[in-house]
Amino acid sequence: MAVLELEGDTALVSPVRRRGRRLGGLFVAALFWVVLIGLAAILANVLPIVSPTDMDFLGKRAPPSAAHLLGTDQLGRDMLSRLIYGARISLTVGLLSPVIGLVIGGALGMLAGYFGGRFEALTVGGVDVLLAFPPLVFALAVTAYLGQSALNITLVIGVLSIPAFTRVARAVTLSLAQREFVVAAQTLGATHMRILLRELLPNVALPLMAFFLLAVAVTIVVEGALSFLGLGVPPPAPSWGSMIGEGRESLDIAPWLAFLPAGFMFATVLAFNVIGDTLRALTDPRPGAL
Amino acid sequence: MARFVGRKLLHLLPVLLAVTLLTFLIASLLPGDLAYTILGDQATPEKVAALRAQMGLDLPIWQRYLHWLWDVLQGDFGRSFRTGETVLAAVADRLPVSIELMLMAEGLGLLIGIPLAILCAVRSGSAIDRFLTGLAFGKLSLPSFMVAILLIYLFAVTLGWLPATGWVPFTEDPIGNLRSFVLPALTLAFAEWPVLMRVLRSDMIATLQEDYIAMAKAKGLHPARILLVHALKPSSLTLVTVTGINIGRLIGGALIVETIFALPGIGRLLVGAIYARDFIILQGVVLFVAIGFVLVNFIVDMLYAVLDPRIRHGRA
Amino acid sequence: MTRALLSLEDVSVELPTPRGTLRAVDKVDLSLMPGRTLGIVGESGCGKTMLSRAILQLLPKRAKLSGRVRFGGHDLAALPAESLRRLRGPELAVVFQDPMTSLNPVLTIGTQLIETLQAHLGMDGAAAARRSVDLLAAVGIPAPAQRLRQYPHQLSGGMRQRVAIAIALSCEPKLLVADEPTTALDVTVQAQILDLLAREQRRRQMAMILITHDLGVVAGRTDEVAVMYAGRVVERAPTAQLFARMRMPYTEALLAAIPKLDSPPHTTLPAIAGRPPDPTRPMPGCSFSPRCRYADDHCRHAKPTLADPERSGGFYACWHPLTLPAAVGT
Ligand SMILES: Nc1ncnc2c1ncn2[C@@H]1O[C@H](COP(=O)(O)OP(=O)(O)OP(=O)(O)O)[C@@H](O)[C@H]1O
Ligand code: SF4
Ligand SMILES: [Mg+2]
Repeated sequence: MAVLELEGDTALVSPVRRRGRRLGGLFVAALFWVVLIGLAAILANVLPIVSPTDMDFLGKRAPPSAAHLLGTDQLGRDMLSRLIYGARISLTVGLLSPVIGLVIGGALGMLAGYFGGRFEALTVGGVDVLLAFPPLVFALAVTAYLGQSALNITLVIGVLSIPAFTRVARAVTLSLAQREFVVAAQTLGATHMRILLRELLPNVALPLMAFFLLAVAVTIVVEGALSFLGLGVPPPAPSWGSMIGEGRESLDIAPWLAFLPAGFMFATVLAFNVIGDTLRALTDPRPGAL
Repeated sequence: MARFVGRKLLHLLPVLLAVTLLTFLIASLLPGDLAYTILGDQATPEKVAALRAQMGLDLPIWQRYLHWLWDVLQGDFGRSFRTGETVLAAVADRLPVSIELMLMAEGLGLLIGIPLAILCAVRSGSAIDRFLTGLAFGKLSLPSFMVAILLIYLFAVTLGWLPATGWVPFTEDPIGNLRSFVLPALTLAFAEWPVLMRVLRSDMIATLQEDYIAMAKAKGLHPARILLVHALKPSSLTLVTVTGINIGRLIGGALIVETIFALPGIGRLLVGAIYARDFIILQGVVLFVAIGFVLVNFIVDMLYAVLDPRIRHGRA
Repeated sequence: MTRALLSLEDVSVELPTPRGTLRAVDKVDLSLMPGRTLGIVGESGCGKTMLSRAILQLLPKRAKLSGRVRFGGHDLAALPAESLRRLRGPELAVVFQDPMTSLNPVLTIGTQLIETLQAHLGMDGAAAARRSVDLLAAVGIPAPAQRLRQYPHQLSGGMRQRVAIAIALSCEPKLLVADEPTTALDVTVQAQILDLLAREQRRRQMAMILITHDLGVVAGRTDEVAVMYAGRVVERAPTAQLFARMRMPYTEALLAAIPKLDSPPHTTLPAIAGRPPDPTRPMPGCSFSPRCRYADDHCRHAKPTLADPERSGGFYACWHPLTLPAAVGT
């Protein structure tokens, strides 16, 4: 019948399998890059690199040399060192912010999806209100009032990511709540707590994890945008976003000052997107679902 | 249709109210006292106390909110304590620039995204489809401030074809005005097309497998008509929703792009207010943008109903 | 003797699936004279729809068609897209199984009718609209002028199928393929739609292929019947002859399985025990053997071919054909 045929035809072009095979190499490369940049960020203090804030006034905008492997910036600071310390900021904010969304949004979404009723209506309403603010505008405004600092930025972006996590967790929970194993647990007299933690959480965890990785990518971009505008992590701490912003001034004489951090940031964001997307494709057979 | 609009309107009001509350609460996050911020370091306690009383800052927070909301409802969004300009005047002044920018960007984004999506859907699984979906995926990782830098480097610095900054009013120099919008609009369009393409492509692939497409083919219709009328219209429903959601990102993007290309729009007004610590303007603009965003999404919902007769007739 | 309007020679359809190649249609030969009706009957999944799609050249993208589909002197599979497009509508038309999905939900009934007329008959909008009203009236739709402005979801299933039939008939096709046109409808509406099709078919002298899983449907309404099992035609005979003397055990089982009039819609043949074979795993002998009560070792190892050894006009593919009408008994 018609419905069957449709299913048959989509089964033939299962996007998951195709995607999986195609991204195989890319996935490994992405993982490699994330590990590399992560290790560099963690070991920044121990690595044999100069301080990212030391200025070499005689060697401004110097091309790569033995002393400065990737050259120096407009104040004569070592680019490689700044890139590595910049990775620290990007990754710290990028990994910590979504944790806030993951924990709060994930819990809210699961509770809303499981219990429904008044609580669900309230949660969905709250999410709608938070989504009524264009994210970047919200982030800028709140950091402006709170004051610029890495902690504040992490908190703000974290709060901003709550609605998306809530939606994912609620959708997955809704799709599971009526399934046999949950109903079975309920009829066996399991407590709500037990069902939520033992039956639902393990199933919600994987989609949330995939979404978490995509959220990391988004967060790195948002932090970069704030710093690019000079409204992120305050100087002189190096951040990829502010490096791009500063490099913009000398685009005509030393374009690499902007392109190097841009390249690092692009590679990192892409890597998280690739990993997250692969994970999502594994957990969700529907094409383009999110 | 009337029922549909009514239901949506009923939902709209509480959201708008909550948006004002949240905006107000964000503004009250300011550590310390707005009066000190306004008067600066040399403020005497007496002056501060006087200003606080004048601004109503000594009232309890809920009273302050109600006063502020009352003002807002009367169209008084506040006044910059630096320039004396009202928020409304500042916004009215900058709005046309932002709207021109966003319309051009969304238009360009659709102009690139729709044909590519159709191409991919028709040839789904082919080399060109895989290439374009891969490209779109990669593009999602390239934020607009990087695209801006690349475009400036290419078209302004290296080739010298287009200006990187320098906005002129349309009434003074229409060509110059449009030229100053090309790079900013392109930057934003580059952020838009991958999203639009991905969404439309997957919907279109699903639609092309529907029975009614087989039926349209069996009727011997022209392939172009099948694609553009029979397949595109039902597939564009999600596209419209996404366009609505996208506006949030577009506003964020416009903020960055206006700052980079020195376009005097709302985004630049907001960033400028932050640089100058002009908190009244900031609060007013944030509220204005959020309300605008909610309203645009409301309009998009309406558009949805226009496109889908099933919703229009209250079935869904 | 006139030339056949449609003839299929050795037509097979193969679909790639994750589990291997699926042979949905297996070496089918059929022919149909102008103005005549052919019933194609078989269980769900036996390949009826794939066969009809092979005739209409509407197979899924990845499907592989082999053999020849001749229609009015053209080899359809080899025809350039534009020529094929011109045939569809004025020569070749189709009514699909499910009127809920075969009409475009976001276009009005009027648009969907008028565009067909305009595409092939070169009518202007007003003429096409007038003609559409006539067509809707002819298929028994009340208040046809108002219907033009309505959307499919505003009509009942039976009404939608009438609209689909009006669209199919709009350009006076020479051949109409109706793929289970009533399966998705309520029992009470089924007979009305079938009678409408039969009436229009006779009135217009068009040939028709009526696909169904219900032998009862083809009984009074077709000139010839082809019975399909597992992608093959296993019995073919003039309708009266088939019902008077069926030779295939499978056909006999089908007849026994005709759903009662009071059974709910969408019931598919309940009474044949067992399931059809997995079409991705071809078997050496008769594909009905696992379910056939007359099967023996020979059946399981050698595949019977479709033939008419008695020259009676009735073709069948069976090693142990039923010898006498079931009613007489032995
Ligand atoms: N799009 C498709 N992709 C892969 N296999 C398919 C597709 N459509 C149908 N099939 C398979 O091809 C075989 C023949 O299907 P077909 O739709 O022709 O059967 P049918 O006789 O029309 O059945 P029904 O009475 O259910 O409509 C079945 O085994 C079915 O599973
Ligand atoms: S060939 Fe044998 S198994 Fe097949 S239908 Fe005839 S009797 Fe049954
Ligand atoms: Mg079928």
